[in-house]
Amino acid sequence: MFLKIHEYQAKELMASRGIAVPIGRVAHTVDEAVAAVRPIVEASGNPVVVVKSQIHAGGRGKGRFVEHPDLGGVTVVTDGIKGGVKATEERVRELAKAMLGSTLVTVQTGSAGKRVNRLYIEQGIDIARELYLSVVLDRSTSHNLVMASTEGGMDIEEVAAHTPEKILKEDVDPNVGLQDFQARRLAFALGLSGDANRNGVRFLKALSALATELDTDLVEINPLVVTTSGQVMALDGKLSIDNNALFRHKDVVEMRDLSEEDAAEVEASKFGLSFIKLDGSIGCLVNGAGLAMATMDTIKQVGGEPANFLDVGGGATTENVTAAFKIITRDPNVKGIFVNIFGGIMKCDTIANGVVEAVHQVGLQVPLVVRLEGTNVALGKKIIDESGLNVVSASDMKDGARKIVELAGGAK
Amino acid sequence: MSVLVGTDTRLLVQGLGEAGTFHTDKAIAYGTNVVGAVRPGKGGQSVRFTGDTDHSGVPGRPDRYEVDVPSFDTVKDAVLATGANATVIFVPPPFAADAIMEAAEAGIALIVTITEGIPIADMVRVKEYVRGKGVRLVGPNCPGVITPHQCKIGIMPGYIHQRGRIGVVSRSGTLTYEAVKQLTDNGLGQTTAVGIGGDPVNGTNFIDVLELFNADPDTEGVIMIGEIGGSAEEDAAAWISANMRKPVASFIAGTTAPPGKRMGHAGAIISGGKGTAGEKIAALEAAGVVVATTPSDMGSAMLSAMRKAGKA
Repeated sequence: MFLKIHEYQAKELMASRGIAVPIGRVAHTVDEAVAAVRPIVEASGNPVVVVKSQIHAGGRGKGRFVEHPDLGGVTVVTDGIKGGVKATEERVRELAKAMLGSTLVTVQTGSAGKRVNRLYIEQGIDIARELYLSVVLDRSTSHNLVMASTEGGMDIEEVAAHTPEKILKEDVDPNVGLQDFQARRLAFALGLSGDANRNGVRFLKALSALATELDTDLVEINPLVVTTSGQVMALDGKLSIDNNALFRHKDVVEMRDLSEEDAAEVEASKFGLSFIKLDGSIGCLVNGAGLAMATMDTIKQVGGEPANFLDVGGGATTENVTAAFKIITRDPNVKGIFVNIFGGIMKCDTIANGVVEAVHQVGLQVPLVVRLEGTNVALGKKIIDESGLNVVSASDMKDGARKIVELAGGAK
Repeated sequence: MSVLVGTDTRLLVQGLGEAGTFHTDKAIAYGTNVVGAVRPGKGGQSVRFTGDTDHSGVPGRPDRYEVDVPSFDTVKDAVLATGANATVIFVPPPFAADAIMEAAEAGIALIVTITEGIPIADMVRVKEYVRGKGVRLVGPNCPGVITPHQCKIGIMPGYIHQRGRIGVVSRSGTLTYEAVKQLTDNGLGQTTAVGIGGDPVNGTNFIDVLELFNADPDTEGVIMIGEIGGSAEEDAAAWISANMRKPVASFIAGTTAPPGKRMGHAGAIISGGKGTAGEKIAALEAAGVVVATTPSDMGSAMLSAMRKAGKA
């Protein structure tokens, strides 16, 4: 799992490491947005500013607000060119009023969209060229890979599918990091010359170093821009960080915005559960990610639809299992629950105790099918049998899937 | 014969916390030869394990066991004193990379890492560190390795295994158990079962294990259990097509997983239309692999692959 942060936070992390980003300020309120304008215009010398919605999803520029169908998620304010700072401030006030608290729908948010709670006010940039840059893990080499392309602003997966020759790659040797010659090679291939070439090399090296230092899963700059004066800057910035490494990045943990995450998934993560909400009616409680996926597959195969992916993990306690059960039963779409356990590091008796405890606490309004196998299986079955709960047991995964789909109203 | 572990395995344990102690006890009950534990600061002490013998393991043992496992401050000390040739790591995630590198530096040939949640960047550094040292890493975030009736390293339940003819290799722990149980129930049994783990950076991949099984005279067929994300299954399919002399069956988890969501394992994600179950299944079937349609059919898929090859 990975922690996502906002664009402005990513840029803060970049700027603190000498990576060029535009001047900007975050605003949680209309007044903060207006107050941001003057210092930005004075520092940049450019009367143009940009108002950018901060949500954890891409496609914001082309996205539109549900409440204001004509308004884009990222809007350029040019009123200052003729009207000066006052005019810019007035326009930013109007925009901030409209955007804050409204719902932005982009290609990545789904039709429900996301509520905008923060804006980023940024200096306008005179763009000469738009490029693409990212640092990702290459699983085939177990190294980071710097990817660049002249096709800035485009969906990189589209570029990769249709014009793969336009994607440039450099392997990052973890012993020494990205070397000058590699950064130069990329900069030349991107068509950067003179000052822009030197700035590009510096940018590339610093970004690759940031990826390693911050344990990123992905750093993506799209677009990376070359300004008319030869500066190389991150116009956008997307950054996600390996959850397993967060213990050494306390500053990044503080950037987490829980309002951007699914409430049930956040609660599940507090109990060490890996939970993903889906649209079906069969709740699943499983140990192990592979078995959890396979359980979903099997439910679908016998005509049902899974309501969730839930892996209780290996180290779960009775309390964790109880929490898992509660999270599943809270979903009003759930018409039946399938507990599918093959204990290894996870013990069947722990699961059984957790399920029994949860049912005692919250009751059981829907059918429950339990399949137990593996470590301490006899003990687990005994606990379920002696609990007096109305539980249907299953001999294996397919048997369990069939039974729960049947009990929950049959196949669709 | 078997691969990776057997009767000559002399095992160290790194990380005797709650989980490490519980599973060391289960391993000893199974009959694994645990020769020492690395507990920095507690060298010279020993830990007693005692209980009822797990008779599904090494045959011909008394009903009770009582074993004193000596502790050492460093892996090097432990290797010198015990001649250990394998280690199992239960060390917590922030310190696990250090533990693996210490084992590699001490020249331990087989390093099995059970720990879940090691930072990816740590494993990137570990892989660089062990390059050229002639050690084999299995895991992290894996159930371990077992050769039934000989040696159990890891967290898998011993009783579901039966010595037999099939090599098992899997990215998922619990799905390994499913496959193993089905192979026990249908009489094919296992030579060795290897969990390679669900992380995007791991020590041993499918092809490494397929090579071992291909060369092992006792292994007559192989079942390979994959899942969505990455291209390890496609790479394995290409290798099978070119090199494998034995029948292979497979199952791929995640046919119904939605794109863009990580399904538990850090490595399990469909992104940009890549890494889907459909692509992997197609690549495997093109390589002559029998792919089970549900996880409950893994045993029968293996049986059908063996029949096709005239081996069952």
